[in-house]
Formats: sequence, structure tokens, C-alpha cells
Amino acid sequence: MMSVETEIRFKLNGREVCLKVPVTMKTLTMLRDKLGMTGTKYACGEGECGACTIRIDGKTVNSCLMYAVDCDGRELVTIEGLRTPEGLHPMQQAFVDHGAIQCGFCMPGMIMQADYLVENNPKLTREEAQRGLEGNLCRCTGYTKVLDAVEAVVEKKCCGRC
Amino acid sequence: MQEITTYLAPSRLDAALQAMVDGDATVLCGGTDLAPQTESGARLYTAKLLNIRRIEGLGDIDAGGDKVRIGAVATINEIRRHPALAAIAPVLVEAAEHFASDQIRNAASVGGNICNASPAGDMIPPLLVLGASVELACWRGDAVQTRRIPLDQFFLSPGKTVKLPEELLTAIVFDRPAADFVGKFRKSGPRPALEISTVSVALGARVADGRLSDVRVAMGSVAPTPLRARHVEAALEGKPLDAASIAAAVTATAEDAKPIDDVRASAWYRGHLVRVFVEEVLNDVRGN
Repeated sequence: MMSVETEIRFKLNGREVCLKVPVTMKTLTMLRDKLGMTGTKYACGEGECGACTIRIDGKTVNSCLMYAVDCDGRELVTIEGLRTPEGLHPMQQAFVDHGAIQCGFCMPGMIMQADYLVENNPKLTREEAQRGLEGNLCRCTGYTKVLDAVEAVVEKKCCGRC
Repeated sequence: MQEITTYLAPSRLDAALQAMVDGDATVLCGGTDLAPQTESGARLYTAKLLNIRRIEGLGDIDAGGDKVRIGAVATINEIRRHPALAAIAPVLVEAAEHFASDQIRNAASVGGNICNASPAGDMIPPLLVLGASVELACWRGDAVQTRRIPLDQFFLSPGKTVKLPEELLTAIVFDRPAADFVGKFRKSGPRPALEISTVSVALGARVADGRLSDVRVAMGSVAPTPLRARHVEAALEGKPLDAASIAAAVTATAEDAKPIDDVRASAWYRGHLVRVFVEEVLNDVRGN
């Protein structure tokens, strides 16, 4: 389908971005195909699986459902934006340390959502983590180790480095 | 599919309504319904794509006075985390709690959930038992005109409402529930998250000395639209909440719920779930 394009400006992982997008393009497509940021994954494309989870103005959303035009004037953080100059983000490191990764495809979304949950609730319980991650599916069904990793971050005992 | 010729993201309501005058605007807010529906072809875009998220004040929640007002673009998570709403209308917060996933709750708007007019829309039964109305605005005679429609008169059929193409749903309003108001919500699906409700039931009533008054019962996914269960309400109104009135209410569900067989459940199972949920919510209230 033909659709009009519009210019948008936003912050992506702290960096100003300005580009033209078709008005029906979704944020996930813009990130992956226009900006080459392939850390955010495309899986179901309809908001069921959470593999495309990013932060917009601090809140997690499914980027496959979010219209790219709606990024205008806002701040985006993707999995690429979590890493610090010192190394991996504590949540990333905890996932590594706890072997919370099988095929790895759902991990960027899982880590984005888990980090959001802990940021909003530093005393997040395992049950709350389970509820908060309901929108993130792992086809390898590696949920136990994911919850172990999140729990370790909450208890700050994951690796000694974080 | 028609070509989109214009994209607008106004910061003022009057500008948005002016853009809607010709009835050719597709309204975008969170996109959580619009994106999958247009991707699958179930819905077509019109000439204008109108993003209403930037309209100032359209997401405000005012729960401090005698009238509660929830702006249409308030997200489900904003409702879920609103302390004043949790205090006076916990039934709404409870439904928000069980809505889709956290990521969708951060994007989806309450106005969108209503305008999508799904028989399974999760915010609708609790708003029905709160006696909510929706405010519809349009640009007419060089001014913003608004009308209020009780929510139980808003829905016509799946995806269809009385809202005209030039009208925008701007807010949901209801009277502050009385101090003795009790509300309950139940939904069912194969898993707790991201579930399009197989059946949902909400109850709202005033409870004094073990007797129910101003009883409202609402159901989702048992008819072409969410509905008020008038026969169940009649079985409970003014009655002491006891085994006899609960049994009468459960029997009356058959008069109100007219479910169908579809991919999610059989009509028989839906009828069964409605009976179970009505009994459960009433026993919950009785237990309190």
C-alpha cells in the first residue's frame, strides 16, 4: 500500500535521530530495516510474544504494534542501549551467568521487560516477575532460568560484578 | 486499500475534531488493535491517519470529585496504577490488572478498548457496572459539540457503535461510587495473560445489612456486544444476599447470556462459565 511519509525526530539510546518514515510503518521495522538496529527481534508481529520489547519514554511497549510516527519527540531505548562503558548491563550479565539463554531469540525482549520491572519495583518477587513477564514468550521454554536471573538481580547476588 | 494522504498529530482537541469533520480519519492512539487489524486486512485505513495521543489533557484522570472522569487516551497501566481509582473503583483496576500484557497495558488506551467494540473488551464490563457514560465530541457550527451516551447504549454489534465517523470518544465519566459500593470482576481464558476473554463477568452493587441495591451486572463474550444482565440484576435487586437469591441469579444468567460457538469456546461452555462466575462473585461479596 502507498502511504504518505513524514519526518520524525527522536532520541534513540541517547542519540538524536531524524528520518522520514511511511506513516503506517511500525517502530520495529524502522529500527531493524531503516536504522540497522537488529537487536530488537521480530517474531509474532502482533503483540503476543514480546520479542520486540523496547522502552519509549521509560515504559516498555511492543515495538511491532507501535507506529514509528508516534516516536516523534520521544525517547527510545533498545537492547543496544543497555550496555554501559563498563560492560554488560547487570540484567544482561545475570542472564549470561544463569544460563537464561537457549536459542536467545526472546532474550532482548525478556531483558528489556525484566529491567523495566526491577526499575519500577526494586523488591520485585519471583511471582511478580512471572506476572510482569507474561507478555514475553520463550519458545525454548527456558522460563525457570530467566526468573532465576531476575531474582539474582533483585538480590544483587548474580555475579559479583553487578 | 485506500492510500493515506495525510498524517496529523495535533496537540489540540479542536484541531483533531476539525480534521475529522469529513469522517475520513482513522484514529490512532496506542495502535495495539489498529496495527494487527490493518496488517491482517480486517480493517482498512482511510485517507487521514489521526494520532490523538498528543492532544493535551486527553489522558487526564480526575477521580477526586463526585464525578470521575477518565480521559480517552489514558493507558490501561495508568488506570491500573492510579491510587484514587484503586480506592474508589477497584473493580476497574482489577480488570486493568488482567488486561493483555504489561507492554500492551503501557500502550493501549481505555478509549481504544471501548471503540474497538469487541464483545470481549476487558475494560467494558467494569465500566458498565460503574454506570459509566462516554463523551463523544465533534466539530459542528464552528465549535466543539459534545454528547454523552450511557455505555450500555453505545455498542451495536462487534466493531460497531453509535459513534459517528466525525466523532471522537474523548472521555469516560461516571458518578463516584457510594461508600458501600462493591465491585467484582472475573475473566476466563486458557492462560492468565494476553487472553481474549472466553467470558467475563462484572458485578457492581451497594451492599447494606446483607441486602443488595443498585445492582448492575455486566457480561462480556456472551453476545454480539458486552451487555448489562438485566434478568440477573432483577433477581438480586433489593434482595438479601443468601443462597436463594444467588441461585435465582445463577438461573437468570440463561435469560441474559446468549453465547455462540466459536474458536475460543463452545456456547455450552460459555453458558457454564457465566453461571460459575456469577455464583463466585456473589459468594465473594457475601464472604466480605
